[in-house]
Amino acid sequence: MPKWFVRAAVLCGLMFAASPFVIATSRDEAELGMVFKIFYYHMPSAWMFLLSAIVCGIASLRFLFSGDVRRDRTAVAAAELTVLFGLITLVTGPLWARRSWGTWWIWDARITASLVGWMIAWSYLIVRKYGGPGSDKLAAGLAIFGMANVPFIYISVNFWRTIHPATSVVPTLPVDMSWRLWFCVASFTLLYVLLFKLRVYLEEERSRVDTLYLALEG
Amino acid sequence: MFLHTVWLILRKDLTVEVRSREIAYTTIFFAVSCILVFAFALVKEGKPPEDGAAGILWIAISFAGTLALGRAFERERQAETLRALLLAPAPRPAVYLGKLLGIVALLAGAELVLVPLVSLLYQAPLLQYPGWLVLILASGTLGFAAVGTLFAAMLVRARSRDVLLPVLLYPITVPVIIAGVRGTAALLQPTVDADSVRFWLALLVAFDAVFVTLALWTFEPLMTD
Repeated sequence: MPKWFVRAAVLCGLMFAASPFVIATSRDEAELGMVFKIFYYHMPSAWMFLLSAIVCGIASLRFLFSGDVRRDRTAVAAAELTVLFGLITLVTGPLWARRSWGTWWIWDARITASLVGWMIAWSYLIVRKYGGPGSDKLAAGLAIFGMANVPFIYISVNFWRTIHPATSVVPTLPVDMSWRLWFCVASFTLLYVLLFKLRVYLEEERSRVDTLYLALEG
Repeated sequence: MFLHTVWLILRKDLTVEVRSREIAYTTIFFAVSCILVFAFALVKEGKPPEDGAAGILWIAISFAGTLALGRAFERERQAETLRALLLAPAPRPAVYLGKLLGIVALLAGAELVLVPLVSLLYQAPLLQYPGWLVLILASGTLGFAAVGTLFAAMLVRARSRDVLLPVLLYPITVPVIIAGVRGTAALLQPTVDADSVRFWLALLVAFDAVFVTLALWTFEPLMTD
């Protein structure tokens, strides 16, 4: 592990420890009140969820065409983090929806596309786990299709159901709220980078152990 | 050469199927059972729900499609004929296209039975605009089969392939299902909404283009050991 990892991990821990205070001191939003504060965790995790899905798709593409197993390890790490941050997004989302729209779930474009994207990440992991030998390539193919698919889901659901949450809320926030939001985005990005690094490291160690075992037997 | 290979593979698949009729019978029977189950679930006091026919038709098609895909490639696996196909000095995309057209032909056959049946049982005027319906069904089936053929071919070598195929296929083909269902539902309106039919059809065609291209492009690296 690189030297900066521990320092960055400590910083990330401090940022997350500070984040409840940062969020609590923010004033309530005019219409939604207290419940708006979920947004400070919801949006950054949703961004990391998307970022992770894109990382997974690109890494899979490169793995498939170059055959470089390091790309495959990157893709696995990204897929697992997609599931993790997707879970945070999909749990915090309905909590907000309950207050602001009066229902836990709406089949809106953004929400449906997120759910399907999350399910594709799950199916990536399921294939890797239960697919047996050769499933790494299979999963890579799935990730590429998954990445190409999300815009389609988004478009189709958008026209199927027309209830929209405000999509351009970030630039309209007042300054005292937006710096708090960016603080949370920074915390989540750092957390993502750390977890990603750790997961890739773990995967590399695992493949080293595998090679050693094979060498021992052969 | 390319088209000739496609034709040879398609003809092989159709000949095998015509001789055994296994996929056709099982798939159609399964789809009809689906339609029956939905009747128990959705019909209230003898009346089917509005718009229900479109959804039921597409669910039956996609379920039957999964069954047909699994079976079509299981057949190739049993005698290791897929390996032989891939070893043959033929371009890989041609192999893919041949298999794809075979699946599309099978599903088209199933739809010939399903459409009148759904129309009859759910009192839906599905055959009101046959031209539009054929276009929507053709583009939707092609999109579903394009992804399905690639995944089923990849899964031939995997363990627990029967379970994995639906797990992979349904999340990826969500746009086809949405566009197919909405497009068909738009045809069922008392006055047909031509704009929305055209929109869903365009989406289906765009989806087909992207997915057939992606599948042709990735079939080679995905099927190489």
